[in-house]
Amino acid sequence: MKHTLIILFVSLFFGLSACSSTSNQSVYTQMGGQQKVEEVVDNFITEIEFDPVIFEYFKDSDIGRFREKLIEHVCHLTGGPCEYTGDTMERVHGGMNITEADFNRGVDLFINAMDKANIPHPTQNKVLAILAKTRKQMLYI
Amino acid sequence: MHKKVSIAYITGITFALCTTLASAQDGKLIGTAGLVQLEGSGGGGIVPWATLSGYDSQDQVSVSAVATQVDVDDYRLNVLGLSASFYDRVEVSVAQHRFDLKGAGVDIKQNIYGVKYRLYGDVVYSDWPQISVGAQHKVLDDEAIASAVGADKTSSGTDFYVAATKVHLGAIAGYNAVWNVTARATKANEMGLLGYGGVNNDSYEIMLEASAGILFSRHFAIGVEYRQKPDNLGLGEDDWKDFFVTYIPSKDFSITLAWADLGTIAAVDDQDGLYLSLNGQLW
Repeated sequence: MKHTLIILFVSLFFGLSACSSTSNQSVYTQMGGQQKVEEVVDNFITEIEFDPVIFEYFKDSDIGRFREKLIEHVCHLTGGPCEYTGDTMERVHGGMNITEADFNRGVDLFINAMDKANIPHPTQNKVLAILAKTRKQMLYI
Repeated sequence: MHKKVSIAYITGITFALCTTLASAQDGKLIGTAGLVQLEGSGGGGIVPWATLSGYDSQDQVSVSAVATQVDVDDYRLNVLGLSASFYDRVEVSVAQHRFDLKGAGVDIKQNIYGVKYRLYGDVVYSDWPQISVGAQHKVLDDEAIASAVGADKTSSGTDFYVAATKVHLGAIAGYNAVWNVTARATKANEMGLLGYGGVNNDSYEIMLEASAGILFSRHFAIGVEYRQKPDNLGLGEDDWKDFFVTYIPSKDFSITLAWADLGTIAAVDDQDGLYLSLNGQLW
């Protein structure tokens, strides 16, 4: 009994790692390519429009440009065939003074956007792991 | 009688939690606030983690409540706790233990006052694990049994710990994984319920504790925990282990069910059974 649990758990850990057959595909492909990236970004914009806290940050933004650049950025970061032609994250978010709470709220909205686009949970996490790296270029600047 | 009391406690707490304020803090990703462990600190189930209880961010304050029952063959532990986390930096907590010796019809009561300070990192976003230090000061209300089993000190004692916790997004076939390692300096016998120190040892010793878990969705996690313990009294005190499943319907509430293997307690062996914990964010 004592060690069975630990063995079971370790097996589960490594078993799950081993069975990830999709790991040699880009996250972009796992998401479902350009069409899904666009769907997620469109859903995200809808989420923002209905969220009074996050909408504040966007009220003076050019939504068309935001959509275009975010699609490029997500596509590029997840290994898709796109080039990001927008400004740096620091430049885009400079002066907004985004708080940690609002950033995380934004992440919640992005998760909702992926849920509504039927992106599978494991793929969502891979996307988040990639996008999370941009966090420190966005907070409190 | 005790069973009725504990059911009433849990029902009461559940009711309180289910009617929580809509304005509860939500500045962290769901599932990443962790749980509240046996001694009332933010953690897993039996191990204090580097995470602070509640979903507060750097700009927020949160208050959480917990009710836990561990029911093994010859003993039953009821825990009620309240904790507050300030700006995801400092956590203060208070918890009460009622440890029921089923056969003897007596219980041991102790109060635990905890404080934790986050030194570094964010459990999800920083490159390195989140690191916190903490203390748990335990005051024993009923000293007779601690005295009878030969504890060196029966009134109170303090544990000190340092913990490292990390969530890895999408790490295991796309599922989020969490691990924690804690080093605790302690003299406590069975978390302090049987006093401090004894015939084998009466000085601080470093004990290692660890947890690992996988989140299968935003609302469902499983994991294992291990807690090394000293045998100061020479009564065969064992290390603890548990295997848990947690359901997290929202940031305001979680419920954890575990199988706990507590080994020998006060020379009575093979103590294992169910661990049930309800954890809610009040603010």
